[in-house]
Amino acid sequence: MKKGLRLTVNGQPYELYIKPKTLLVEVLRDHLGLTGTKRGCDSSSCGACTVMLNGMAVRSCSVLALQANGGEVLTVEGLAKGNELNSLQKAFLDYGAFQCGFCTSGMLMSATALLNENPKPTKEQIKEGIDGNICRCTGYNSIIRAVTAVVKGEYKEAK
Amino acid sequence: MSKYSVIGTRVHRVDGPEKVTGNAKYTFDLVLPGMLYGKVLRSPHPHAKILKIDTRKAKRLIGVKAVITGKDTLGRKQGIWRRFPELCDEEILCREKVRYIGDPVAAVAAIDEDTAEEALDLIEVEYEPLPAVFDPLEAIKEEAPQVHDGVELNINVTRHIEWGDVDEAFKKCDHIREDQYKLCSQAHVCMETHDAVVSYDYGGKMTVWTSTQSSYYIQRLMADMTGLREGDIRVIKPTTGGGFGSKFELDSAQFCAAILSMKLCKPVKIVLNREEEFTATKRRTPMYYFLKLGAKKDGTLLAKEVRVITEGGAYTAMGATALYLTGFFSSFPYKYPNYRFDGYRAYTNTATTSAMRGFGAPQSTFVGESQLDMMAEDLGIDPIEIRRKNGMTPNYEVPGQAYIQSCGLHQCLDKIDAHIKERGKLPPNHGIGVSAYGFMSGGIFNWFDTPYAFSAAIVRINIDGKVDLFTGACEIGQGSDTTLSMICAEELGVKLEDIRIHAADTGICPVDLGAWGSRTTLMNGNAVKMAAADAKRQLLEFAAAKMGPNIVYDFDIKDQWIHLADRPERGISYFDIVKEAIRGKDGETIIGRGHYTPHRKGMISPAYSFGVQAAEVAVDPETGRYKLVNVTTAHESGTVINPVGIEGQLEGAIMMAGGYGYCEDQPMDEGKILNPSIADYKLIRSLDMPETEILEIDTYEPEGPFGAKEAGEGLTNPTAGAIGNAVYKAVGVRINDLPITPEKVLRALKEKQKKSK
Repeated sequence: MKKGLRLTVNGQPYELYIKPKTLLVEVLRDHLGLTGTKRGCDSSSCGACTVMLNGMAVRSCSVLALQANGGEVLTVEGLAKGNELNSLQKAFLDYGAFQCGFCTSGMLMSATALLNENPKPTKEQIKEGIDGNICRCTGYNSIIRAVTAVVKGEYKEAK
Repeated sequence: MSKYSVIGTRVHRVDGPEKVTGNAKYTFDLVLPGMLYGKVLRSPHPHAKILKIDTRKAKRLIGVKAVITGKDTLGRKQGIWRRFPELCDEEILCREKVRYIGDPVAAVAAIDEDTAEEALDLIEVEYEPLPAVFDPLEAIKEEAPQVHDGVELNINVTRHIEWGDVDEAFKKCDHIREDQYKLCSQAHVCMETHDAVVSYDYGGKMTVWTSTQSSYYIQRLMADMTGLREGDIRVIKPTTGGGFGSKFELDSAQFCAAILSMKLCKPVKIVLNREEEFTATKRRTPMYYFLKLGAKKDGTLLAKEVRVITEGGAYTAMGATALYLTGFFSSFPYKYPNYRFDGYRAYTNTATTSAMRGFGAPQSTFVGESQLDMMAEDLGIDPIEIRRKNGMTPNYEVPGQAYIQSCGLHQCLDKIDAHIKERGKLPPNHGIGVSAYGFMSGGIFNWFDTPYAFSAAIVRINIDGKVDLFTGACEIGQGSDTTLSMICAEELGVKLEDIRIHAADTGICPVDLGAWGSRTTLMNGNAVKMAAADAKRQLLEFAAAKMGPNIVYDFDIKDQWIHLADRPERGISYFDIVKEAIRGKDGETIIGRGHYTPHRKGMISPAYSFGVQAAEVAVDPETGRYKLVNVTTAHESGTVINPVGIEGQLEGAIMMAGGYGYCEDQPMDEGKILNPSIADYKLIRSLDMPETEILEIDTYEPEGPFGAKEAGEGLTNPTAGAIGNAVYKAVGVRINDLPITPEKVLRALKEKQKKSK
């Protein structure tokens, strides 16, 4: 018994027909082919599947797609403007804030949500902002340096 | 100014733009037309005979395309120690007996994951549970259940290392300490779990896309297990979400997907879920450590005796290597004139233990550095001083074992000494602990029995001057694609963006043994440098012919400018020479080849890196809780090729090694791992992460490319020991079993109080 789902993802409206138990991450990855969003645990504890839903960071493995009905989703694929990376992405590159990259999409989305809510976070607030995201490679400090660089205005956003 | 144009500079990772946009494709993301999804059924028993497997109901479920058991395999056993058939002991799909909770017994391919999952519930397996053994000290008793038939006392591997006259030396010691330690397990927790897509086609060719640290090992082991020829199996490593030692053995995802695909001639994808990742892949080796250390009054270490019993788990895997390396690295980084190691690896009915970043050395470094601090205290000597007195120096031979060429240990000790003095007087209940370490730049041992060079590379220069670099090296996140591209660009005298790397695809790349033992920068780096030099030499021949200078002049290339080495202004564009050289070679592209296998470098490794770490903790004596305040590392890894990469390795190692000392553990009950989820397995998160400082020491390793050596795994060695020593400095208690949890600290503090009353 499938149900209709309307969703805007990265500015693009979609109409889908899905099983009610389908998770938001499954719609993004399996139905829309937006595989930038990862799954690391399926128990809402690693943060790899973080996306923004109506401006809030959510774990897309723990949200039913139908709960997002009518909503606006931003995924990592929506961060760059055309082929121009945004500030956070540039900072991640400059500061080596990722290695294997599997947590990076979720990390970028948590950092995006943090900066939307609080454009001038302290170091401690940045740490809190990404505390729900596990990175097994970097030890986090390079990520904190990258976010700090954006906060300090080292990057200009593409218009 | 640096004499280098590319190496040593801060560059973006070559895989960076794809990763920060979510566009990098991992095995996890792959979907092929007609692809089926597989799931693996695993044993709920730690030890049992398989009496019967009935797959009929599962096969009848709509959407199920195939169900396999051990009977569908050739019934062979595999392992990394291919030189020793008796150590190739893992069937992957068990036929007669299961040996740990999680041992695979059947697998299903279906149209989607849900259907495959449902089918697993319909497979009926009749087991006869057998008595099981979980602790290695129990397993080596006469009356213990046998994990593998015919293996006496469950002893899987033994290892003896000895030099000097240990017994005689102990007689000459002024002070002897004997201490015991128990070391816990640790899970790799790669963010991408083990996964594979395998496509076997009607022409009898197999393609495997998999998250791996060694495409070549997977290709070779898959050939052993399926009976296919090596060349009929192409293993491609897409972007890979971490390895840390967990991903260079043939695993259940790869093998089951392969057998299913061979039955169906359709692509099959298997992704292990997080619980399987925790319970049914390999893990860090738990060890019981018995140490005896003897010194003269002045702190000169005269003799060390080490006995180790490791928990092997159900199979050999790379655990035999971990046993060997913990034995060797127990002598590090000091000059023991007399040394003896006896190690035993016991089979148990637990998940197999194997390689994990540091590979036996985090264990030996924790126990060794803890005991050395105690020895220093007994003798009234400063911890830095005792390390200075005994530390390895350049051009030192570990008797009969290894040759150490470059070694910056003493400079590291000086830097850390200065750092501690700079921190000044610490607040109450703060303490700084020190730990010194060394590690290898890749292993010389070849138990895998490859007939190929350990590393190889091919460089192809195209008509537009762009360079294709082909290598079997495996980028798993550590940055090897970037580091190797930098080496290639530097040697060839072009820019980093002129290089495009094609790596870890056995169909097009020359063999490399993979990303383990911290081997890639030195071994594959040497192969890449040689291949680039070969291509460069061909260009220079044309340049020389064209420019016709006096024969005494040498040519070089730098920043795309081919010139006389002593007269850089006299030159010609790299791009022009490439075009003419290809024309001159009757249209053939310029191809350079390189390979590297260490020769005459002892038994362990061609080179070793060294470092000293200081960890500062703040302990709350009321609760035993403590905070990692600062971890500062003085570190040398020869010439730094990729500084951003090294910083990342170092800080990342502190997260992992700090976790080993601080919170990570896999408690078990009757062979069942009790915390198989990221919610329950405690990892260091951003709020727990200490400040990190890096004090880089300059050294030059003659054996490495441009003087470089390892900078990956070694950094995992010191942290647990530094934390243990710091907790002692802070509140005066020693915890001899990892991890050093608040509960253990509190208990020790209470006992200490009781004693002092």
